[in-house]
Amino acid sequence: MENKIDTKPVKLTREDFESDQMVKWCPGCGDHAILRSVEAVFPTIGERLGLKKEDFVVVSGIGCSSRFPYYMNTYGFHGIHGRAAVLATGIKLTNPKLNVWVISGDGDSMAIGGNHFIHAARRNVDMNYLMFNNRIYGLTKGQYSPTTYKGQKTKTSPQGVFEEPFNPGELVIGAKGRFFARVVDTNPKLMQKTFIEAAMFKGTSIVEILANCVIFNNKTHGLITGKDTKDDYQLILEAGKPMIFGKEKNKGIILQNNKLKVVTIGEDGITEDDILVHDPTTKDAGIHMMLASMQAPDYPVALGVIRAVPEKPFEQIIWDTIEHEKEVSPYKNVDDLLNSGNTWEID
Amino acid sequence: MTKHNKKTVELESAVVRFAGDSGDGMQLTGGLFSDSTAFAGNDFATFPDYPAEIRAPQGTVSGVSGFQIHFGHTDIHTSGDQADVLVAMNPASLKANLKWVKPHGIIIVDSDAFTEKNLKKAGYETNPLEDGSLNGYTVIQAPISTLTKEAVKHLNLDNKSAMKSKNMFALGIVYYLFNRDYTKTFPFFEEKFKKNPLVVEANKTVLKEGYNYAETIELFPQTYAIKPAPLNKGRYRNVTGNLATSWGILAAAERSGHNLFLGSYPITPASEILQEITKHKSLSAIGIQMEDEIAGIVSTIGASFAGALAVTSTSGPGLSLKTEALGLAVMTELPVVVIDVQRGGPSTGLPTKSEQSDLYQALFGRNGDAPVVVMAAKSAADCFYSAYEACKIAMEHMVPVILLTDGSIANGSEVFKIPKVADLPEINPPVAKANDPNYAPYRRNPEKLNRYWALPGTEGLRHRIGGLEKEDITGHVSHDPLNHQKMTKFRQEKVDKVANYIDDLEVFGDEEGELLVISWGGTYGVVLTAIEEMRAEGKNVSHAHFKHIMPLPKNTAEVFSKFKKHIVVEINNGQFVNYLRMKLPDFKYSQYNKIQGLPFMVNELKEQFNDLLNEK
Repeated sequence: MENKIDTKPVKLTREDFESDQMVKWCPGCGDHAILRSVEAVFPTIGERLGLKKEDFVVVSGIGCSSRFPYYMNTYGFHGIHGRAAVLATGIKLTNPKLNVWVISGDGDSMAIGGNHFIHAARRNVDMNYLMFNNRIYGLTKGQYSPTTYKGQKTKTSPQGVFEEPFNPGELVIGAKGRFFARVVDTNPKLMQKTFIEAAMFKGTSIVEILANCVIFNNKTHGLITGKDTKDDYQLILEAGKPMIFGKEKNKGIILQNNKLKVVTIGEDGITEDDILVHDPTTKDAGIHMMLASMQAPDYPVALGVIRAVPEKPFEQIIWDTIEHEKEVSPYKNVDDLLNSGNTWEID
Repeated sequence: MTKHNKKTVELESAVVRFAGDSGDGMQLTGGLFSDSTAFAGNDFATFPDYPAEIRAPQGTVSGVSGFQIHFGHTDIHTSGDQADVLVAMNPASLKANLKWVKPHGIIIVDSDAFTEKNLKKAGYETNPLEDGSLNGYTVIQAPISTLTKEAVKHLNLDNKSAMKSKNMFALGIVYYLFNRDYTKTFPFFEEKFKKNPLVVEANKTVLKEGYNYAETIELFPQTYAIKPAPLNKGRYRNVTGNLATSWGILAAAERSGHNLFLGSYPITPASEILQEITKHKSLSAIGIQMEDEIAGIVSTIGASFAGALAVTSTSGPGLSLKTEALGLAVMTELPVVVIDVQRGGPSTGLPTKSEQSDLYQALFGRNGDAPVVVMAAKSAADCFYSAYEACKIAMEHMVPVILLTDGSIANGSEVFKIPKVADLPEINPPVAKANDPNYAPYRRNPEKLNRYWALPGTEGLRHRIGGLEKEDITGHVSHDPLNHQKMTKFRQEKVDKVANYIDDLEVFGDEEGELLVISWGGTYGVVLTAIEEMRAEGKNVSHAHFKHIMPLPKNTAEVFSKFKKHIVVEINNGQFVNYLRMKLPDFKYSQYNKIQGLPFMVNELKEQFNDLLNEK
């Protein structure tokens, strides 16, 4: 019998990524559902990109969400507060074959790590950045975050928050981000679909996950995720499809006077043809910015991939330049360099 | 070139200082004179002295840029205390530099620049060329601006372009003074200005005319010659400390087989390292300008995790910003090299002036018990070897290393014997093997106590690390009290054990005696020169210079014990001396500290040491 060597990669399963460590998030915390969704999509991503389980790297900063790497069986790095994006940058630039995931929260990304967050968006290193937004500091027990609503009372805002909150999508798009998506922790199907799209996108894919902190900010996304209200306050975007939502699937978004407007199909002469069709790939950020800005209750909240504009990722530009320089540079090794320019010989 | 039958006097060494407005091209002039010095076969060391501002107000003392070179037939360790020759392109540069000229030294000035307006800008009430204040010096007044204009008249350049080459006229004069061959400088013009043949011609002409002018009108009563230095056989070049540092880490990357990653943020006086590394992508070196100092070191830590030779470069305030991340590198026990090109502090301090005042910060500036290896380079050329060794230690011992250099040696230059990379010591980092059944994130090598480097992508080695305390061996998050104590001890012992892998402390001079002078880092050359001179005068004094500070060389106490008196000299308020008082309290240390943003002078050191010798 012919001795055949099986070169097919071993099929990855969800169990390959499950950790034996005890998950210590509070019961009912939205992070559990996110973890399960990530574990669920890694085998698919591995298969599509031809990766082995050792090629996944999960990196985090500080906060409840940032314990994530300990709960996955991958190469993992639990970094310091706000700096996960730059840890990931160093990792991906060094070894572009790795599939790098950043796990961060609203405080980690937009307060202490705000500078790295905006620069990660514009630098566009190929990484998948999951930003758990629960609009509160959970691990330090209930102080307001950069996304806490204005006026909300927390431990450090006893008279209510005085500042305007960040909208992460606006920040990402304003910082020249190429990919921004938004999901809710109550919709695993959408999470999984979006995480896969983020992974397939070459560049910094930032996914805001509206996550619930059951202890310090319960139901902060209640209107968006509530059983009875979600259909009217979630606009799930799909490329090439009209922006229709609502319990009756009869509401839609149109552009009027340079602004987005919620309309009802069948009223005031509006037909489905009037409804905006989603194009995440258009370079112009105008509509994407408006979609990211929509807030309940005046608007539904846009979910799914809002913006995905392809561009050669940073690490690929670097490594292409390295390959080019290897060909054209007179310096093939350090000895060449040491002996370059003005030198002289003593006999 | 034909030589006039002038008297030529032979010298052992000389110091020349070029000074002008910061737009006058004095650094370039100095650089060209250095190259010509190299061709003449002399040993030399240089030091630039320039203002923090790019274009400080023209003609003012604060806008003066200087370049000093010390060259000789013998070993040259410093850029020289005071100049034998000063070139001053305007009144402000004369005013700013007169104090650096030896009594009876030669001062060459552009007499055209000594106008009423310029004198006023420089703060002179009377013209120093006329009021007798320069009596005692040999003052050469040459109408450099006028003669430059004349020299390039045939090229029809506009006035501004013509004036740009007046520094070459001055250089021509100095070439004549030291019997240099000006044609050796022509290829430089041809390369630098290859897109503009007119400028090539202008510079060549002006340089030649400067030389001829000095010769024709017999500007000097005599000229000088310095015999080639008896350097060892081999190929040589000139390097600044920052260049040598950059090449040292590139060499370590090549020798170790791990690509270089340098994540940094521009800061004076360290920026040249980042600039240099970004040029060398052909060597698979990645140099990235990150968004801030923190991103610089954290991207470096990420790169280290992924298997790069990971380095970040900075200066004092930047090191402060990197503090928290350095703690992460200590905790995760990853190889990371931090190069701190020290400058005057605290805070923004004196950005363009040199100091040795980041030692405490390097040794102690972190939360928790967070030991790192601390080294200091001793000269511009030594930056190559120190940077190489810092990388070797970091990678082989899986430990962060802080390498301290300083503004003096980073910007100063000296002659460097070019090594072969293959002759440098091997670098063998403890990379974990794929599917090693014994691998555990915090399992250690029993001799060095390093953990193993398991690179993402390697089969069978998935693991997690991070800033939380980890359990011994397994690397699981642990808050166990005894484990924390054990791991803290491991981290310290791992650093202490580096002492088994570094050179012993050497003594220059007798190994026992009356006075041991102790120095560290960038002051090596000037201290050594002082000791050489004193020993030649028959004084009972020896020198011990430290490159390794944490840990100290193992024989340090033994070396110290052979001397009656000990003095520690440093460019700060006494940081190393206090560290020694803590580590080796059995000795009584005197100290001499200079905190003026200026290097030591040989003579001031000798005075201190002589006083101490004479003390009963």
